[in-house]
Amino acid sequence: MKVIYNTLFKRTSTYAVAIIASAFFFERAIDVTSNTIFDTVNKGKLWKDIKAKYE
Amino acid sequence: MAATLRRFHGLRLLKSAPALNLQQAKNLSSAGSWASGNKKLIGAVGAITGGVGALLFALEQSVQASGSEVHAPAQSWNHKGLFDALDHQSVRRGYEVYKQVCSACHSMQYIAYRNLVGVSHTEAEAKAEAEQITVKDGPDDTGNYYTRPGKLSDYFPSPYPNEEAARAANNGAYPPDLSYIVSARKGGEDYIFSLLTGYHDAPAGVVLREGQYFNPYFPGGAISMAQVLYNEVIEYEDGTPPTQSQLAKDVATFLKWTSEPEHDDRKQLLIKVIGILGFLTVISYYIKRHKWSSLKSRKIVFVPKEK
Repeated sequence: MKVIYNTLFKRTSTYAVAIIASAFFFERAIDVTSNTIFDTVNKGKLWKDIKAKYE
Repeated sequence: MAATLRRFHGLRLLKSAPALNLQQAKNLSSAGSWASGNKKLIGAVGAITGGVGALLFALEQSVQASGSEVHAPAQSWNHKGLFDALDHQSVRRGYEVYKQVCSACHSMQYIAYRNLVGVSHTEAEAKAEAEQITVKDGPDDTGNYYTRPGKLSDYFPSPYPNEEAARAANNGAYPPDLSYIVSARKGGEDYIFSLLTGYHDAPAGVVLREGQYFNPYFPGGAISMAQVLYNEVIEYEDGTPPTQSQLAKDVATFLKWTSEPEHDDRKQLLIKVIGILGFLTVISYYIKRHKWSSLKSRKIVFVPKEK
């Protein structure tokens, strides 16, 4: 905890960078996870699952 | 910060109060300083909001036994679940049913061929579908109107030029536009399915005028649309057996999509919202525990004055 505080949170500059970087990774994680859940639940029903038949 | 706090709360939050009082959450509320008129107004707004909500809930829960029509039973649609997308194969078949059966009388003026791309058809297929219609366009360089084959950006053609023509051709009954029909009818796709499969001979005592048919799901029972869906009335390109219920199910799914084109995105977004709000709930709970920890673990010790 102390290491994180001293290297990232102590100075405003590194704190801002930490916020922006973690926002990026948080968004990617949520987005990819929820899309995977949606595609798994609806496997075979979505257009991307049946589009190969018509191209 | 202290100045801002003081402006909104007076000195209450900043003054050091006896520890016993500090533990009471009411001292953290600013409602104590409101004028009595304000309290009454806010109380009235709260009571009215709650009352209207309760009234709407009660109306929605009522039995609805006033009409003579049968209420459509709830079918087990495979897009019914919280995360369940539409079956796009079914949407594609439903488009075939609409095009070959329904579009003879019903318009769908808010849906364009470009909307089919990426939902039920590839771009090339949607272009081919659009090219089958002729569209009046113009004026050209010489000021004349001309007809051309349809493009992706064209909307579905209407069978009648206007409502009067539609009424004149259908015994005075207007075939409604089907673009948003699932949202526009009580019961949604269940109603559409039941209506299309629910035609009967009129029971004794029900008088139908010429051009009317009996359908128990239609309010009043006398509907001007004849039964159109029969077994094998069209043939599906993917080889699905075109039974009456299959046709009705597919066209109801298609109409569900035209009414709620955002259906799949909405449900996909719900998963994201649950994820993010769940994360924020955990953080809020942690911060609450963190902020209150010093207040809750405080001990009051009585130390008598030494003389």
